[in-house]
Amino acid sequence: MHTFEFTRPADPAAAINAAAHAKTAQQGADVRFLAGGTTLIDLMKLSVETPARLLDINRLPLDTIEDMPDGGLKIGATARNSDLANHARVQRDYSVLSQAILSGASAQLRNMATTAGNLLQRTRCVYFRDTAMPCNKREPGSGCPAITGSNRTLAIFGTSEHCIATNPSDMCVAMAALEAVIHVQGPQGTRAIPIGDVHLLPGNTPHRETVLEPGDLITHVTLPSPKQGSRQVYLKLRDRASFEFALASAAVVMNLAGGNVSYVRIALGGVGTKPWRSPEAESALAGKAASAANFRQAAEAALRNAKPQSENKFKIELAKRCLTHALQTAANG
Amino acid sequence: MATIFDPTVSTRAGRAENSANELAVTVTLRINGKEHSLRIDPRTTLLDCIRESVELTGTKKGCDHGQCGACTVHVNGRRVVSCLSLALVNDGEEITTIEGLGTPAAMHPMQAAFLACDAYQCGYCTSGQIMSAVALLNESCGPDDAAVKELMSGNICRCGAYANIVDAIQQVRKRA
Repeated sequence: MHTFEFTRPADPAAAINAAAHAKTAQQGADVRFLAGGTTLIDLMKLSVETPARLLDINRLPLDTIEDMPDGGLKIGATARNSDLANHARVQRDYSVLSQAILSGASAQLRNMATTAGNLLQRTRCVYFRDTAMPCNKREPGSGCPAITGSNRTLAIFGTSEHCIATNPSDMCVAMAALEAVIHVQGPQGTRAIPIGDVHLLPGNTPHRETVLEPGDLITHVTLPSPKQGSRQVYLKLRDRASFEFALASAAVVMNLAGGNVSYVRIALGGVGTKPWRSPEAESALAGKAASAANFRQAAEAALRNAKPQSENKFKIELAKRCLTHALQTAANG
Repeated sequence: MATIFDPTVSTRAGRAENSANELAVTVTLRINGKEHSLRIDPRTTLLDCIRESVELTGTKKGCDHGQCGACTVHVNGRRVVSCLSLALVNDGEEITTIEGLGTPAAMHPMQAAFLACDAYQCGYCTSGQIMSAVALLNESCGPDDAAVKELMSGNICRCGAYANIVDAIQQVRKRA
């Protein structure tokens, strides 16, 4: 691990000031906020991340989970994943989020990992994690060996000729279906970013993963007031039953009225270069009868534009079945 | 009693640099109720600090990347993997290791249950398993074996003692 200077800013403003002069907030950042450490310390041990300064934000007052006046929920950036998943309101009103978080990592890691850290979780692509290999995300212009190499677990949505790395988060998939908003405080003030606009597609710049700039500190996430009577399911399919990343997952938030789908939000995990909301599946289902045939049709619509790699064509059918089953489970719920 | 930590020891897994000594910082760790004031390289993980500086070697290093659970300890009563946490981050926190649970003469009920159920073979993962199992007792966990297995999935046992580990945990839960 490379050496670094460790400091503990007294408040968010001090943290933002200390990070504002960094060259980038993206891959290779010379200043990093340190929260749970489950991604950052891991990548620092691999020399994938080599920050010169670490700013410990664990003791900033950003770890609360609070009801909002409009009925929504405000989730602090450093609220631990286990606290969020086990929060009474999350379990009652946003159960897809609780299910998603509890399907990820291990109990120990969930006790450490934070809301904002999970939002910024890095890909598990083996080439990204191995500094002996080229990787456009880690070293722009060095190439992407995954495209002709080991890509069984990698993305079928949102890829480019420069990067096909999967976003590994479960939490983000549920937040996409819940239409969460990410709140950022930066050198220029505060801004609120819909979760769909936080992560960037790799395109020609896979080293840029989010819209965050130097000094930008995620302070909290808000969830809109819950859809009354919504049925929520997170279904995750993977190589082993627990403590494994998704090969395909589906988050469903659905309301039924008289046997028809009156409201539905759908997002997929394990298949996209970012958490993958599926407006195609949503519009295929809107107003339709909650039937097995329509669920399958929505899944067909969701995967229509999937682009498989050499080893992961199976993900297309897997993701279809995953979404179909998640919709059916929600309908039965 | 204060212990002085040699920073060159902590960096053997990484790139030891001459600047390490200049960067050494002070941290106070409360481990098993005892305070340790240490001078450490900021890169030192809680795991390395516990094992090499405080010399409590019951906590084991397996993968060193948060994937095996051998290094599980409690911080303020919650289980974490100590390999992915910098020692500095834990300044002043209450840390419990396997040495803080019980003694051979007065074992924690979970330690006694592991012994009674033969819940280990080589023993390398066992302290991590027991630290996880003790934390699980205070977590939201359904009554059946499947719930226990799910919440214990962060602790890998390559001898495959899983069935007996679940038995040991259930034995303690039923008595509670």
